[in-house]
Amino acid sequence: MSRYLWPLGLFLVLVGFLAVGLGLDPREVPSPLINKPAPAFKAPTLHEAGKVIAKQDLAGKVWILNVWASWCGACRDEHPILVEFAKRSQVPIYGLNYKDQRADGLGWLQKMGNPYVESVFDADGRIGIDYGVYGVPETFIIDGAGVIRYKHIGPITPESLRTKIEPVLRQLHG
Amino acid sequence: MAKPRLMQALMALLLAACALCAAAKDAAPVAANPQLEARMMALATELRCLVCQNQTIADSHADLAVDLRQQIREMLEKGMSEDQIRSYMTDRYGDFVLYKPPFKPATALLWVGPAILLVCALLALFVVLRRRQALGDDAFDPETPDDVDPHAPAR
Repeated sequence: MSRYLWPLGLFLVLVGFLAVGLGLDPREVPSPLINKPAPAFKAPTLHEAGKVIAKQDLAGKVWILNVWASWCGACRDEHPILVEFAKRSQVPIYGLNYKDQRADGLGWLQKMGNPYVESVFDADGRIGIDYGVYGVPETFIIDGAGVIRYKHIGPITPESLRTKIEPVLRQLHG
Repeated sequence: MAKPRLMQALMALLLAACALCAAAKDAAPVAANPQLEARMMALATELRCLVCQNQTIADSHADLAVDLRQQIREMLEKGMSEDQIRSYMTDRYGDFVLYKPPFKPATALLWVGPAILLVCALLALFVVLRRRQALGDDAFDPETPDDVDPHAPAR
């Protein structure tokens, strides 16, 4: 009897591994930046080429950094959720306009609404590289000490906002 | 007269194929320094492009890969070593960017797993053979010589 149960057992173990593997999203690579200081940046804002914004300017408060671009399709799905969230939340959202054209980015915000206190203009994507951005949109939660506490990869959905982002924010405001 | 024609056609095909290979490579900015370019490409083939995860940064055409190649180029120009650049990448994207991940607790199973499986298989084989050795002759089917057809009508 056991000579038939053995292969069956092995098969079930294999199926178990595969089932777990199927449930994982290979695009979600855990960021090594979690609980590390957010990389410094100093760049012009999207709205005013002459106005420079730096990471230090945001020290002392919890803030959200949302990486977006006008060429990014998934950002279009996420944007209304951010606009709505910005209206009811106290946490400031800053945008990182990643590898975009200034006119395109501005036009997009005009059409879709602007949830950002300010958007950092990262034309050549260097700030994006420092933040380990590989798929737009991405969203970081940065605490008062300038440490990255959470990273969300891909578009924010109402569900991920409720189950992931808001709990982290609540905990930080503790 | 058919033969030279055929040869010509084959040559043309070969040349066209070569042109295709040449075009398939990314048109890198004409390297001021071919040696540096070679070092950059060598390093880039060790790094995974996170946008198209089964390609290296060297052969991916994703924007991010193009940017990262440029980043590596500039870092090499600044005199940074290969190891420094590798850690620059893992600081940002994690060990996942390395096609050859380092050996540490989180990756131990990845490195040792195949060896463990091989040892298990060899052990199982050993046990099975040992058990068979202990069996008497009647436990096995009698062997029929190859040149005897057991279904042949007896003469």
